[in-house]
Amino acid sequence: MPEPRTIVLAVLRYDGANDVAPRFESFEVPFTDDMSVLQGLQYVKDHLDGTLTFRWSCRMAICGSCGMMVGGVPRLACRSFLRDFLPGPLTVEPLTHFPIERDLVVEIDDFVGKLGRVKPWIEPRVARALDEGAYRQSPGELDRFESFSHCINCLLCYAACPQYGLDPKFLGPAATALLQRYNLDSRDGGAKERMQAAHSEEGVWGCTAVGYCSEVCPKAVDPANAVNRTKTESAVDWFARFARGDD
Amino acid sequence: MAVRRPYVRTMDGWWRRDPFFVRYMAREMTAPFVALYALVLLAGLVCLALGPAAYEDYVEVLASPASLALHVALVGVLVYHTFTWFQIMPKTMPPIVLRGRRLSAAAITSGAVAVAALCMAVLWLLAGWLA
Amino acid sequence: MSRRSSQPFYWALFGAGGMLSALVGAMMVFTTGLALPLGIGPGARLSTYEGASAIVRSLPAKLFLFAVVSLFLWHAAHRMYHTVHDFGIRPGAIAWTCCYGVALLGTLVALVALFAAGF
Repeated sequence: MPEPRTIVLAVLRYDGANDVAPRFESFEVPFTDDMSVLQGLQYVKDHLDGTLTFRWSCRMAICGSCGMMVGGVPRLACRSFLRDFLPGPLTVEPLTHFPIERDLVVEIDDFVGKLGRVKPWIEPRVARALDEGAYRQSPGELDRFESFSHCINCLLCYAACPQYGLDPKFLGPAATALLQRYNLDSRDGGAKERMQAAHSEEGVWGCTAVGYCSEVCPKAVDPANAVNRTKTESAVDWFARFARGDD
Repeated sequence: MAVRRPYVRTMDGWWRRDPFFVRYMAREMTAPFVALYALVLLAGLVCLALGPAAYEDYVEVLASPASLALHVALVGVLVYHTFTWFQIMPKTMPPIVLRGRRLSAAAITSGAVAVAALCMAVLWLLAGWLA
Repeated sequence: MSRRSSQPFYWALFGAGGMLSALVGAMMVFTTGLALPLGIGPGARLSTYEGASAIVRSLPAKLFLFAVVSLFLWHAAHRMYHTVHDFGIRPGAIAWTCCYGVALLGTLVALVALFAAGF
């Protein structure tokens, strides 16, 4: 029986109770071609160090739980394969730009708060009674916002965004994509209210069009497009309000 | 209850961590060169307003090896700016649907670069016609 | 409710300058910085006071050259101001002056110079 191939995972560890700062710890993991980085971490937890802490759930790139820095790039661990990182060692770190809670788990309270700020629900454009039945929406109308609805809140885009890293008050890619998902929905009439969250420095104006967020997104949401279109809208509105005579 | 002491990592040297960021910085660093050219052109306009002697001096400086080398570099930087500008432009636009298909970002970029090449050709011909 | 950002004003100028420089910048540099001193094509006429003045006296040329100088400076100012921030420095009054201040000054000087060149 040939020896199983192994790869070294260099994992960033941190325990607030005992550590002053994070440190790398190496684990030699036997693997087969079909194993993901997530499975590698699970091997470590099951056989080498039960204290290794990381988030995961679906194992199939839909829950958004297992976002981490794999080889220095924001990736979903379940969607990254150990065979692609030979000969190793492969560095595995928690998502950048977030405070480290423990090992590979980061604090995401800030993002959860931002989700609320963009009012992520349909504010009916026209009041509709239940007995009027379901809304009708054409494929063209759906296409206008569909990609923005695919966000799984994995936060890879925030790890990719240096402006968020430099100033965490920035609304950021995913929250703005969600904002546009509702603004562009034909059923919705809440754009004016939502734009209040967009107009400030902490809204979309922190963005400098780096574009890395859209590069790393596992669901092709294209948040860079959402943010930069919102900048254009916000800019047009900035000038238009003088014509309207308000603010 | 376990002790919670979230650790915040430094942003020092963030742009050196990934080739994508290095390219972003290169794009942003075209700005001082664009400003430099504008100031060189402005100097020319000022010298022109000051009279023939001043303008002759200006042209002499332009003909110096240092100035020529600088302008060769500036052409390179401005061409890089053209490409990177139109590379990011599709991100600022809503989707364009032509005959039921979305126009790809790559198509928008190459189309815009072609328009730029055309504008530059027109500018050269116009300068030739006016001069 | 957070305050509206003043960014849109600068961003609009940044966009206009970026678009203009992307469309004609490289050719402007070539024409005025290489063709002119080396006497290539229109450069021969442009390198003389008479040739250059003749062009600058026309209103369309004035408007174009003003747009190039001013918008290029506003574009660069906005980008450089934000690059200061990208390097981790909180841009303050000094950064504003070095960036937008120069653009403002350049705009005014261009206005005066083009006017003084006559009609």
